[in-house]
Amino acid sequence: MPLSSSDISRIAALARLELGAIESERMLTQLNGFFDIVEKMRAVNTTGVEPLAHPVASIRDIALRLREDVVSEPDDRAANQRSAPATGNGLFLVPRVIE
Amino acid sequence: MTKATDRALSITELHDLELVALAACLRERKVSAIETARHFLARAHQHETLGVYLDRNETVTLAQASAADQRLARGSAGTLEGVPIAHKDIFATKDFVTTAGSQMLHGYRSPFDATVVARLAAQGAVTLGKLNCDEFAMGSANENSAVAPLGHTRPVPVPNPWNMAHIPGGSSGASAVAVAARLAPGTTGTDTGGSIRQPASFCGVTGIKPTYGRASRYGMVAFASSLDQAGPMARTAGDCALLLSAMCGPDPDRDSTSLDMEPEDFSRLLEQPLAGLRIGVPREFFGAGVSTDVARAVDAALAQFEQLGARRVPVSLPRTELAIPVYYIIAPAEASSNLSRFDGVKFGHRAAQFGGLADMYRKTRAEGFGDEVKRRIMIGTYVLSHGYYDAYYLQAQKIRRMLADDFQQAFRQCDVIAGPVAPTVAWKIGEKSADPVANYLADIFTLPASLAGLPGMSVPVGFGEGGLPVGLQLIGNYFQEAQLLQTAHQFQLATDYHRLKPQGF
Amino acid sequence: MASETVPTTPRAAALVRGYEVVIGFETHTQLSTHSKIFSRASTAFGAEPNTQACAVDLALPGTLPVMNRGAVERAIQFGLAIGAHIAPRSVFARKNYFYPDLPKGYQISQFEIPVVQGGQVEFFLEGEKRSVRLVRAHLEEDAGKSLHEEFAGQTGIDLNRAGTPLLEIVTEPDMRSSAEAVAYARELHKIVTWIGICDGNMQEGSFRCDANVSVRKPGAPLGTRREIKNLNSFKFMQQAIDYEVRWQIGQIEDGNTIGQATVLFNPDTGETRAMRTKEDAADYRYFPDPDLPPLVIAAAWVAEIASGMSELPRVTAQRFVDDYGLPEYDANALTHSKALAAYFEGAALASDLPKLVSNWIMGELSRRLNQEGLDIARCPINSVQLAWLVRLIADGTVSNSAAKSVFHTLWLKGNSAVANITWPMVPVAAGGHSGRSEVEAVIDELGLRQMNDSSALGKVIEEVLAANPKSVDEFRQGKEKAFNALVGQVMKASRGKANPQQVNEELRSRLR
Repeated sequence: MPLSSSDISRIAALARLELGAIESERMLTQLNGFFDIVEKMRAVNTTGVEPLAHPVASIRDIALRLREDVVSEPDDRAANQRSAPATGNGLFLVPRVIE
Repeated sequence: MTKATDRALSITELHDLELVALAACLRERKVSAIETARHFLARAHQHETLGVYLDRNETVTLAQASAADQRLARGSAGTLEGVPIAHKDIFATKDFVTTAGSQMLHGYRSPFDATVVARLAAQGAVTLGKLNCDEFAMGSANENSAVAPLGHTRPVPVPNPWNMAHIPGGSSGASAVAVAARLAPGTTGTDTGGSIRQPASFCGVTGIKPTYGRASRYGMVAFASSLDQAGPMARTAGDCALLLSAMCGPDPDRDSTSLDMEPEDFSRLLEQPLAGLRIGVPREFFGAGVSTDVARAVDAALAQFEQLGARRVPVSLPRTELAIPVYYIIAPAEASSNLSRFDGVKFGHRAAQFGGLADMYRKTRAEGFGDEVKRRIMIGTYVLSHGYYDAYYLQAQKIRRMLADDFQQAFRQCDVIAGPVAPTVAWKIGEKSADPVANYLADIFTLPASLAGLPGMSVPVGFGEGGLPVGLQLIGNYFQEAQLLQTAHQFQLATDYHRLKPQGF
Repeated sequence: MASETVPTTPRAAALVRGYEVVIGFETHTQLSTHSKIFSRASTAFGAEPNTQACAVDLALPGTLPVMNRGAVERAIQFGLAIGAHIAPRSVFARKNYFYPDLPKGYQISQFEIPVVQGGQVEFFLEGEKRSVRLVRAHLEEDAGKSLHEEFAGQTGIDLNRAGTPLLEIVTEPDMRSSAEAVAYARELHKIVTWIGICDGNMQEGSFRCDANVSVRKPGAPLGTRREIKNLNSFKFMQQAIDYEVRWQIGQIEDGNTIGQATVLFNPDTGETRAMRTKEDAADYRYFPDPDLPPLVIAAAWVAEIASGMSELPRVTAQRFVDDYGLPEYDANALTHSKALAAYFEGAALASDLPKLVSNWIMGELSRRLNQEGLDIARCPINSVQLAWLVRLIADGTVSNSAAKSVFHTLWLKGNSAVANITWPMVPVAAGGHSGRSEVEAVIDELGLRQMNDSSALGKVIEEVLAANPKSVDEFRQGKEKAFNALVGQVMKASRGKANPQQVNEELRSRLR
């Protein structure tokens, strides 16, 4: 099922990617080329098959491990904010958010 | 060839030593960790044109080497004490930048080390620096790096040392090149769809991706969560076994997908002969798509195995072709979500000019990500979006289980599965960069094991067109890394391909 | 996911201008764990910005989530408390959207398979028993906070709160009035604080309600709902819903259709207003989080948790009715909190006079606690002392009015610094002496021990009768007021120590 350019702009918006006009067109062609090979997959009969998330779950049960409710991460703000684009008074700063 | 340890060690041969031998020399105090580190740092400078290193820090490296020397003198050495290695720039390191090959993380300094990095350091390994790679591990040719390597002012395609007009493979391209060009006795890489096996094959080195969950993913910049695995690259199976044993182990406190399996000594089966080994040969791996030179080298390798007492068993992995669309649905879907954290808010690149928050997001991500990354984010976002999830993502995860079941069927009849790593040898730089889909199709043999989470290796088995190496892929059942390494090691005892090095290095 | 059809209920819900109001709630409760749901940073309130946001909370490259057992335990406790099904296997999913306070660009939540399914919350509304069905309750992580005031033209992001465990509790649209909705919310609040999974501090954001509100003519299909977000006070909840209902009805009557929207309540204006930045039908691209295998909860674990849970408030209230003969109203009030119920029960057991104890608690004691902003756990008078006070009133040692002074003095002497409630209450056998001596000491200190000696009383009465001939005459003429005046005089003459009952009887017999 081929994509259209409105699909491209919708997806780009969802993904917060700014694409120029030429880039969008190229993306459209490339994605359609890609989805041509994907179409084969859609036709496969997978009735009754459970999706496989953790690969090793194909041979054994993999369950979520739980850790004890203990605080062990101390304040490391300076190191954690070392690569922050903009901070002030310990806060991360971004352009004003309007609700 | 007399073992290097039999006589006084000449410093110029240091980089020709295999990792295991080098580790022994260090332990026996035939050479110091400092001398070793200096030697490899000099080599890095000498071959800067390769564009292999994104970051080094000599002060840090030498400090680590000095500490290693102290432990060696005290007799409290780890298994890798003083051995210099370099890390693919996907691994977070406190003491070096971590860019994942992307402008998005230009200059980023992680406050913590990846678990794999810490585990290797705990055994005494010395870090030479961070290695170039395809951006966010997305690529098969190391042509997608967006970061200028040391000694360069702009990003460069990393060349294959066997034929500099050709690609080294990817995404762990530089990790393979570093080993082939003798810039490090061992390196770390990551493998999501073949990114260790394929560059190892293209560069004539040995590499292994363990069972999914064996090595902790904590500190690995995430690409596709259910596929990413760390692994070593070096010149021999023995070297890889030593590195892998240090890298693997449970990490319950930090990685919920890491398996609760005790660390293992993957070297323990190396010396066992192969008599009786059943090598499964899937017919789907030997079809028309495989180029003649590759087919010839692989066939010769299988014949060699038979001489060592193994037996070929025909098997079938009927859904092999489906691995491509299945992988290229699942991996981008997971990646599109994993890469959402790159938003210019907390770390990494932020656009210099924007009007308001929404614009900041869009411009930051447009500027920070390269084309291949954007492409995969778009694919991933699409297949997860409303109305398409069932038909694409869910369907792909179901076929994934079927692929994994196919392997289990095959393993009823054989112990390891063998075949080519890639349909051809390394192609020319730029040859496939205009056609992303062509790159995807070349992954056909490595993707199935990735999707199933099975351990897989690449072993150098000869050369093809243009004097470029051919690798043999060995795929084992879950947790059979030791057997894979044994299989490769026995082959390497009887052959010389892994000892050859490209001219000029 | 709420059911599409709403069952017709037998209750006669009050219509608003001929419209039926339909309300469903989503409540986000912060779970009272020490560390966050997926990281080991602290959840304590009030820390300096970003000092409780570790690498995982900041979504630094390479970080991964690891699940907190305490959060799962609390979810199970909630499920047990409301009679829900605890899913033996539930799945965490990523809810993908971009917002500066959402570090990963997705929230780890639960989508198709939540940990708690079904259940109901029962409560009383104007004497009538109501039941609201729950669709589900699921675990998820809280986002950070946005501060708009500190930096001009910019917003400051504090990620301390990011990763705090939340239990999102979703009801069917079973409520039919703002009063019912608030009653539900209060009961839910009582449950989560009673069982100890949430501190219930609404000012600190521990308990946040979103109300889905729609209107329709009776019998018509469901109207389009609008969601009022982040209601964190019961008072505002009712105001907001009432305004929204009136607004929606106004729109419909004007011939406009209601568009689905998320709205915020402004307590200053008393109005709800649609939020400006709303993505058109946000596509969250939910998919199971590949970093987290499925959560498996064994039946044995659920049983272990169930056996460790104390009695639930509704059960305790019923027990107070059955065992202590309290009216439902009292039982309901006394089970407002576990501590209060424990206090009552301790006093009831030590005095054997549950109704009188209840009266004192709901009256004077509550009044004093409210006045001083104290929680029952910090009450300066402990439950055994109260038990003795009540007993000493009942046996005539001190009069009811004098007891108020005794209470006051005990209060001042008491120590409110120490929390002194245990649950379940260790019953002090009725008749035990602990506490008695303190109460008696105050009675004697204040000289309020009632005069029960009839001869002494008789003397005082004679003196009073002699001194008040006018009142005596008036009484004999039938004026009851004169009798009261005489009683008053006797009480005054005895300096309040006379037993009013006795005075009454004696006077009447002498004046016959």
